[in-house]
Amino acid sequence: MYATRPEARPATVEVSVDGVAVMVPVGASAAAAVLLAGAAAIRETAVSGAPRLPYCMMGVCFDCLAEVDGAPNVQACMVTVAAGMRIARQAGARDALLGEAPR
Amino acid sequence: MSAPEPFQAIVVGGGLVGSAIAWGLAREGLRCVLLDEGDIAFRASRGNFGLVWAQSKGQGAPHYQRWTRYSANAWPELARELADAVGADVGLHQPGGVHLCLSDKEMADRSDRMAQMAREAGNSLPFHYRMIEATELREMLPALGPTVVGASFTPYDGHVDPLRLLHALHRAFTGAGGVYVPNAKVERSDAAPRDFRVMAAGRVFEAPRVVLAAGLGNAALAPEFGLSAPVRPQQGQVLVTERVAPIFTMPTTSVRQTMQGSLLLGDSVAEVGYDISQKPAVMAEIAKRAVLSFPFIARLNMVRAWSALRIMPKDGVAIYDQSEKYPGAFTANCHSGVTLAGAHARLLAPMIAAGQLDGMLDPFSARRFDVRDAA
Amino acid sequence: MSFDLAVIGAGPAGMAAAVEARGLGLSVLVVDEQAAPGGQVFRAVEAAHGDTALGAEYSAGLGLVESFRRCGATYRPGTTLWHLDPDSGELSLTPGGPAQARRVLLATGAQERPVPIPGWTLPGAMGMGAAQIMLKTAGAVPSGRVVLAGQGPLLWLLAAQLKRAGAPPALILETTPKGRLGAAFRAGGWFSGRRLLLKGLGLLREAWGIPVVRAVTGLRAEGEGRVQRVLWDGGSADCDTLLLHEGVVPATHVPLALGLQHAWDQAQQCWRPVVDEYGASSHDRVAVAGDGAGIGGWQAALAMGQLAALDAAHRLGRLTLDGLAQRAAPVRRMRDGALAARPFLDALYAPSAAVLAPVADEVVVCRCEEVTAGQVRAAARLGAQGPNQAKAFLRSGMGACQGRMCGATVARLIAETRGVAPETVSPLRPRAPYKPLTLGQLAGL
Repeated sequence: MYATRPEARPATVEVSVDGVAVMVPVGASAAAAVLLAGAAAIRETAVSGAPRLPYCMMGVCFDCLAEVDGAPNVQACMVTVAAGMRIARQAGARDALLGEAPR
Repeated sequence: MSAPEPFQAIVVGGGLVGSAIAWGLAREGLRCVLLDEGDIAFRASRGNFGLVWAQSKGQGAPHYQRWTRYSANAWPELARELADAVGADVGLHQPGGVHLCLSDKEMADRSDRMAQMAREAGNSLPFHYRMIEATELREMLPALGPTVVGASFTPYDGHVDPLRLLHALHRAFTGAGGVYVPNAKVERSDAAPRDFRVMAAGRVFEAPRVVLAAGLGNAALAPEFGLSAPVRPQQGQVLVTERVAPIFTMPTTSVRQTMQGSLLLGDSVAEVGYDISQKPAVMAEIAKRAVLSFPFIARLNMVRAWSALRIMPKDGVAIYDQSEKYPGAFTANCHSGVTLAGAHARLLAPMIAAGQLDGMLDPFSARRFDVRDAA
Repeated sequence: MSFDLAVIGAGPAGMAAAVEARGLGLSVLVVDEQAAPGGQVFRAVEAAHGDTALGAEYSAGLGLVESFRRCGATYRPGTTLWHLDPDSGELSLTPGGPAQARRVLLATGAQERPVPIPGWTLPGAMGMGAAQIMLKTAGAVPSGRVVLAGQGPLLWLLAAQLKRAGAPPALILETTPKGRLGAAFRAGGWFSGRRLLLKGLGLLREAWGIPVVRAVTGLRAEGEGRVQRVLWDGGSADCDTLLLHEGVVPATHVPLALGLQHAWDQAQQCWRPVVDEYGASSHDRVAVAGDGAGIGGWQAALAMGQLAALDAAHRLGRLTLDGLAQRAAPVRRMRDGALAARPFLDALYAPSAAVLAPVADEVVVCRCEEVTAGQVRAAARLGAQGPNQAKAFLRSGMGACQGRMCGATVARLIAETRGVAPETVSPLRPRAPYKPLTLGQLAGL
């Protein structure tokens, strides 16, 4: 759980985290938005389904892999927020055929 | 130098070929030592694609086709044995496999090749295959690209997790009383008929049998034992995607989904000597073919890639040999350590344990090169 | 695009190198993964320099960033190097096309040393560096009961910054064993490095009032689906956010992938690329500067970046040997001054054996593939001589992070199990892609 300090950095960009709107400062990362939203997890691992939140915030640990604007497995700490950005939990292995013609 | 340690067999090389043979020998009740290199080595066993593959092997060499088929047939037993011995699931899955053709020419060439394989197979172990047109293929493989014209299919093919296989063989071997010695590059050896002495890792090993399965290292090692192993390195590169939910029910020669969910994309061929550097241009070619085959792959992340060296005999066909000068010395050389693991553990190892290769392996002798070179 | 010098990383070393090289007339490309220059130490300084919680030293980075912005280097932010062919000088970059460089400077900095304690994969456990990045990039602070556990200069800096930001941590668990201060004084450097150490004392004073438990051992995190408690030998506390830190180590991913020669750093218990006075590595096209060549802090990094740029200019015929010596002399003095306190700090904050190789078998060491310390030990007993064979056996280091988080721990566990010195176990050998890219991007090359 993290909180902004409006006196230092006003939260002016609205993004959604798992469908919930959250206001974050300009320049924050998608991973920061997830922490500010108080989400319980940013992903569930593809190995055991364990919940994870960002660990390093600097592009090293890959624990912040999330779905950003529909693209799965994005390193959320390396993406700067933009107004209207949709960030969603990555649950296990991605469905690679999402959007393909039904078979 | 320390006191000689007596064994019933010395296997040189702890990759897939060496450890499959070593496990086979241990299973036959032989007290066996397995000499391996260390953490960093040219390890084809850590770089292969993981196919158990019969449909592309042995064109123009019926004995090789047959040996490959024997191995594919032996694989379920090997997997069961490893499960029983150490509880390992090596992920064997043999639903048959396809080779995708991306143009009419590729399709025609493939069809000719399959027809030749069927002719050469003869009647004792017939080679069944089908050429499958795109419409039917789309029912078998989802999300196939419009460029795909068709494929060849044989029911013998499949895949495993090659790294789990390597781990399982090592565990099974040591579990059966085998002695594994790492960092043990052969420093010196003395050969006499059924009386071998190998110096490695500051130790001396003695045995009436020695098996050379040191991959590319065999080329230098074999002459010490009155054998020859004309193998060269051939580079291959492989790409790996992130894990995805299950898609494919069968492997193809260039795309397969691992038991963990990653797609393996492969593989390239380059004659560059002992060079394992990765080349973006080659990686791009692999990616292009994969994307043409299955366009959705373009959206996937490549999380890993590697290049490794195949152990390629002069004519591409495996070499198995026994020394005439020093009976009891054997070599095994091939670039198909996964496919042939079944044969190595269950057919070749018992022959070596008995001290003599079966006549069916005669055509695999390196003497074939002498004949050809003399001609 | 072809350049005299390509710099990977826009932190203090990379920025200083670019400014220096441009001043000598070299064409310079700077590639950086972040959206803005600064590296981790001056992360987002252009946006956050007015935040007084971060302190004066941070704001001072603004000047360096401004001179970098003005220096005329081609700057590609938000760009990842995924392959480098050192022999040809071709850099494969994404997004965007490849680039060519006559000389390459790796200024990829440091990463926090992984702290594999039981429960460190639970949501709510993070690196202290991560919390500081939250402060720098979003002005944000952890809420609820925050516990800082570990040791090092960053612990006290972060404690002071959080306190200034109105969110002081509830508890500090310092892992430095008793008697270390004496050892640190004996290691030397405290006098010549006294200015830096005085700054540290200032931070300690600022953090006054936050409860501290000293010489903590047996650290572990527990909770249902997230961190709820932190426990140690002899105590426990409720906890919502657990911030861990045991120092930083060079980010050796790319240097190791390139096959550069590395040496074991006994004081910092990590591998680092072998470099000469100017940062030149074992490959004649590649240099390494900054924390990536060995932890020395941002002032040393800045000087090393300048030295590498001077060397590049000399190698490319833009600076005579005399000119090089002349310009390098004051920069070297600056670097040596910045490094003066290292022996003291390295001795004071040497990581304990349990941090380098977790004692409990059930601790997850590879976070990506969820491989435990016990599995690694079993692989070592089976005969795996190093992390590369362990990777084949267990998949440790095979996940998305490619061993950045587990490579050193796996190697250490193997060394311990085999009963050999850590420097005799080869490090994990990474391959390209250094970071993931899509197959579509690759196919489009």
